[in-house]
Amino acid sequence: MSTAASATTGDRLAIGDRTLSSRLIIGTGKYRSYDEMKAAHRASGAQMVTVAVRRVPLDRGVESFLDHLDPAMQILPNTAGCYTAAEAIRTARLAREALQTDLIKLEVIGDETTLFPDNEQTLEAAAVLAKEGFAVLPYFTDDLIMARKLLDAGCPAVMPLAAPIGSGLGIQNPANLRIMREQLPEATIIVDAGVGTASDAAIAMELGADAVLMNTAIAESQDPVKMAQAMRLAIEAGRLAYLAGRMSKRLYASATSPLTGVVR
Amino acid sequence: MNLRINGEDREVADNVSLTELVAQLDLTPARIAIELNQNVVRRANWPSTVLKENDELEIVHFVGGGKGRKSLQ
Repeated sequence: MSTAASATTGDRLAIGDRTLSSRLIIGTGKYRSYDEMKAAHRASGAQMVTVAVRRVPLDRGVESFLDHLDPAMQILPNTAGCYTAAEAIRTARLAREALQTDLIKLEVIGDETTLFPDNEQTLEAAAVLAKEGFAVLPYFTDDLIMARKLLDAGCPAVMPLAAPIGSGLGIQNPANLRIMREQLPEATIIVDAGVGTASDAAIAMELGADAVLMNTAIAESQDPVKMAQAMRLAIEAGRLAYLAGRMSKRLYASATSPLTGVVR
Repeated sequence: MNLRINGEDREVADNVSLTELVAQLDLTPARIAIELNQNVVRRANWPSTVLKENDELEIVHFVGGGKGRKSLQ
């Protein structure tokens, strides 16, 4: 464990003026129990965790969900469940008031079946919130032009999807991620949604993503603690491979041992 | 008087403040946020915010996950 961790020491994820040593951002949904969630969070090494804003139930006492999170984790509230810019803006303002944080993971959903983002509403909300001083992390379709517009609107990072939320399909369009990385070399790009297993996370990082946000791949695995550790290692491995720079592909073999001096 | 809280009609005493309402609803004030007629009310202003007939309130907290049903209406 410590070897992998030390290999990326000093290489930190930057989100605006914040930096984190872990490049895995983790969710809080779908776990079988709080204990399982806590153990998975620990195993993941994540330092940032996302939570949703919902109406308080009025007729029963409720414990605070936040009490089940490691207090050392940075909380990234999200606007999941919002379908318009107006709803997302209100939700972000409420989250900021409750948590005293300027961080917001902006999600404006366009369709219940795919949970694909409404990019137009997302951009509108991002512009308003960025002007109000929020550090807006927007979930959007993996599209370079949209990424540029969101960055121009003042977002400190962008969060393209890799596949539908909760689908576990893996990186469906690696070319789009590569293009985004190459064309936006300074931007912080966080792959949000679609990862199914460790190799998917490694591929996202090898393509040059700065981080990956995931929930279902860990929570719905048979052993979330093991999968959380696998994801942690995969993200470190993928990051190192990206920094190392892969060899070029060639169609034919290229011998690794000297061709001279072979016994005949 | 009637208030609409999180989409439900509620009868409360007249001239109740937000702080008093939170206590009456038995909510833990830490880590909730309140919107009155679509504007967030800062915690520091809860005591001085006196509610009126038919005010609309959203009182929110945090839960696991996200993706799902609509949050605010």
